[in-house]
Amino acid sequence: MDINLPALFGQLLIGLINGSFYALLSLGLAVIFGMLNIINFAHGAQYMMGAFAAYFLLQYAGLNYWWALILAPVIVGGIGIVIERAFLQWLYKLDHLYGLLLTFGLALIIQGLFRQQYGSSGLPYQIPPQLTGVRDLGFTFLPNYRAWVVCFSLAVCLGTWYMIEKTRLGAYLRAATENPTLVRAFGINVPRMITLTYGFGVGLAALAGVMAAPIYAVNPTMGADIIIVVFAVVVIGGMGSIMGAIVTGFGLGVVEGLTKYFFPEASNTVIFVIMVIVLVTRPAGLFGRVA
Amino acid sequence: MKLLRTAILSAAMVSATAAYGQISDGVIKIGVMNDMSGTYADLAGPGSVLAARLAIEDLGDLVKGLKIEVVGADHQNKPDIGSNIVRQWIDVDKVDVIVDVPTSSVALAVNEIVKEKNKVFLVSGAASSDLTGPRCSPNTIHWTYDTWALANGTGNAIVKTGGDTWFFLTADYAFGHALERDTAAVVVKNGGKVVGQVRHPFPGQDFSSFLLQAQASKAKIIGLANAGADTTNAIKQAAEFGITQKGQNLAGLLVFLTDVHSLGLKTAQGLIFTEAWYWDMNDANRAFAKRFAAANRGVYPSMIHAGVYSAVTHYLKTVVALKSDSDGKAVVEHMKKNKTKDALFGDGEIRQDGRKVHPMYLFEVKKPEESKGPWDYYKLRATIPANEAFRPLADGKCPLVSG
Repeated sequence: MDINLPALFGQLLIGLINGSFYALLSLGLAVIFGMLNIINFAHGAQYMMGAFAAYFLLQYAGLNYWWALILAPVIVGGIGIVIERAFLQWLYKLDHLYGLLLTFGLALIIQGLFRQQYGSSGLPYQIPPQLTGVRDLGFTFLPNYRAWVVCFSLAVCLGTWYMIEKTRLGAYLRAATENPTLVRAFGINVPRMITLTYGFGVGLAALAGVMAAPIYAVNPTMGADIIIVVFAVVVIGGMGSIMGAIVTGFGLGVVEGLTKYFFPEASNTVIFVIMVIVLVTRPAGLFGRVA
Repeated sequence: MKLLRTAILSAAMVSATAAYGQISDGVIKIGVMNDMSGTYADLAGPGSVLAARLAIEDLGDLVKGLKIEVVGADHQNKPDIGSNIVRQWIDVDKVDVIVDVPTSSVALAVNEIVKEKNKVFLVSGAASSDLTGPRCSPNTIHWTYDTWALANGTGNAIVKTGGDTWFFLTADYAFGHALERDTAAVVVKNGGKVVGQVRHPFPGQDFSSFLLQAQASKAKIIGLANAGADTTNAIKQAAEFGITQKGQNLAGLLVFLTDVHSLGLKTAQGLIFTEAWYWDMNDANRAFAKRFAAANRGVYPSMIHAGVYSAVTHYLKTVVALKSDSDGKAVVEHMKKNKTKDALFGDGEIRQDGRKVHPMYLFEVKKPEESKGPWDYYKLRATIPANEAFRPLADGKCPLVSG
């Protein structure tokens, strides 16, 4: 097959764009797993709720995309906090499986309710007027909105990494997962910190949802479709590793983009093939620490 | 989430007792199977169950005294799941007729099972023209539309207005392949050229990679040989990449009313495509749409729903006339012999290869300022008469058609 270089660069760029969604979502999962030891299967549903929140804010409150970018994560994160207080907090001492089953059940219920109410074919959401239009990069056309998605999600990812790995707040968090009793002895309210962490992770999912709304149809199954891939990303990166989630998210987006160019039929499976290889050779994931 | 197999049951019991000795186990059981939860759930889904029920309601006195039951199930667009449900329906639950079944890969599998068990299969949702071609069956009627009719309507219209080089974006399963094949044939026949194609996984989310390949091909027309959310996402993302502003045009080869609703007129305006039925064409259709929407979250009926209504109507009339539903082949034979007539499709007939024949319509999506309100989306560009709308009987290579 003849390789058309400009087209190839175009695909790399597209891969990076999809990678930013993978990175944002897997980052949220990694934060939640790392700090709470909960495998948050409701993440896809929460991503979907973020997109719906953006739609509702526009439709019923007249608040545009930029407001949604701030408000939707806060609203959905708030719902996450309620879920954590009502259900998840009772599960920390139990096996991972319980958290997984509970969040999986919640995801099914949430998706079912949205489908019941809004159908499956999706709702329209326009690109904000400031970001419409296309830039000609010579080798490919880049919609302004997609450029924004890459830059913004990269900033959010790095900001989160910095906060957890380099700040005092992050140090508390990491200490609280290592030894909650000791941290509590220093007068820090550990349960509240954990609640807020869950809310933050869920907020990240909702943020990704808002960013996805103008590109993909806002529909109840949008999260179910992407969450499986995102879990593969997290497994490849190493469960709970923040940097691992970010790097693998972007990296796998690029790999997927290349597959779409060279062998489109396999673009749905390539990530899982990589997952199998990684699990066989490095069971803890590329960036994971062996527990 | 599709991990759980959901079976939605909805039963419409129309009065009791029967004077019909030949009705197997005393009940006419209609099994509506389609995608109840995924990408095709709005254009078929629970709405098809509702359409079947409305058909029974409208037959009124004719089916009085008959015990008719409608059951629904979710095949999740997977042939293995669909096959299992149909086997169980026929063997255990004594279902007499399978209706709808969008997703051609599932429909082709069901087609074989129904033939083997000698029941009746009325296809409204699936599109592959193979169902009345090489894979035709004495137990199957393909009701609403097929890939040949879509290709013929849309392909012809576009090539004739200058769109003579095509690149296909094709859903990678039986339906997409059939639609691409049939459309390519129309393009070539009219002197056009197919410059390339890309097969995308089904269902897909992000089509930008494929759209870039289409853009690089420099084809005048990008033919979308996919359906449902795949089509709407592709159209949305094509707008985002400015593909249409740069002189290339999209041809949505299979577009449903619900897709246009989900795109919004701003994005969908100007799209041209072929359909078998639209709610705002006459009073009977409008009345049906109002009734349907009232029971379906306000969502208007697609052509698939109308097709289910029409097919169930003709089926029940036939069973009443035969006083029997036990021999599927005999029922289908009788359905073919008698002309069809119902409120939504008017007069029509069923050919020897199982193709139901009626006019098809070429529609264009209205501009936002032309639309008078929600669901007012199409304007009629052309009517394709019944005798030109479908593949000529002799060209289909259906073994049922002799000489």
